[in-house]
Amino acid sequence: MLTRALAIGLATGAYGLSFGALAVAAGLSLAQAVAMSAFVFTGATQLSVVGALAAGGAAAPAVASGLVLASRHVAYGVAVAPVLPGTLRARLLAAHLVIDESTAMARAQPDPRRARVAFWATGASVFAFWNAATIAGALIGSAIADPAALGLDAVFPAAFVALLSPRLATGPARRAALAGAAIAVALVPVAPAGVPVLAAIAATLVAAPAARRP
Amino acid sequence: MTWPAILALAAGVYAMKAIGPVVVRRRELPERWRAMTGLVAVPMLAALIVVQTVTDGPRFVADARLPAVAVAAVAVWRGAPFAVTVALAAATSALLHALV
Repeated sequence: MLTRALAIGLATGAYGLSFGALAVAAGLSLAQAVAMSAFVFTGATQLSVVGALAAGGAAAPAVASGLVLASRHVAYGVAVAPVLPGTLRARLLAAHLVIDESTAMARAQPDPRRARVAFWATGASVFAFWNAATIAGALIGSAIADPAALGLDAVFPAAFVALLSPRLATGPARRAALAGAAIAVALVPVAPAGVPVLAAIAATLVAAPAARRP
Repeated sequence: MTWPAILALAAGVYAMKAIGPVVVRRRELPERWRAMTGLVAVPMLAALIVVQTVTDGPRFVADARLPAVAVAAVAVWRGAPFAVTVALAAATSALLHALV
């Protein structure tokens, strides 16, 4: 299990490297990129906010979109809460490590004791690799003179394709994706930057009632 | 502008992560609510892909990003890891920038 946790950490390290380089290319300082990985600590949200700022969007809709994108962590936190330790201090610390990977690993264990070990091992491993990789990526990014020549304009949407693909397994999810894209296309010519992505949330309402039916 | 945005994000995300471990602890969320939170990222990611691939401000454009993202989609479909997918997209765009 510990080997597995290390392997997951290593894999997110590659992703963290991209995030660090992209954040710097988007105009964040090294300290800002590192602070984001240490304190926000959720990949898709960090990428979406940096991408929106890079595209010249305002901070408020970018932050609002990022927070809605992170709302799945409420469900993750509730899902792992029963196996976490009893003291308040440990729970406050554990809360920061509630991410896709630690939740999935904890939920995959057959008993609560192993689930607890899996949660801490995966959370700590991903946190260590994610932050170390962000620093390395940001340093590499700072050394690059012309980000456009390296094709960085295509990196954000490509990253989102990679993040979206595993979430399209069900019919409601595919309908929600299509509806979200349609809402964004309709609003791009008329709404301020950042609003089309935020408005795409409405597509969840279209798809969610169907999600309950088998 | 960037530091307040990072602080707001950090506080908001931590608050959402902490609801389960610190506040709810051992209760279960309603099924419909869980389905919604699991699904909300999907239309947003789809919208992000569209906006960042074929728009420039309020206009629609088709430039090097479109074929690059198509390459990324094929890479994901063939099971390529995250870093490889992103690198292939960047290489495609860089190549087109160099040629055009």
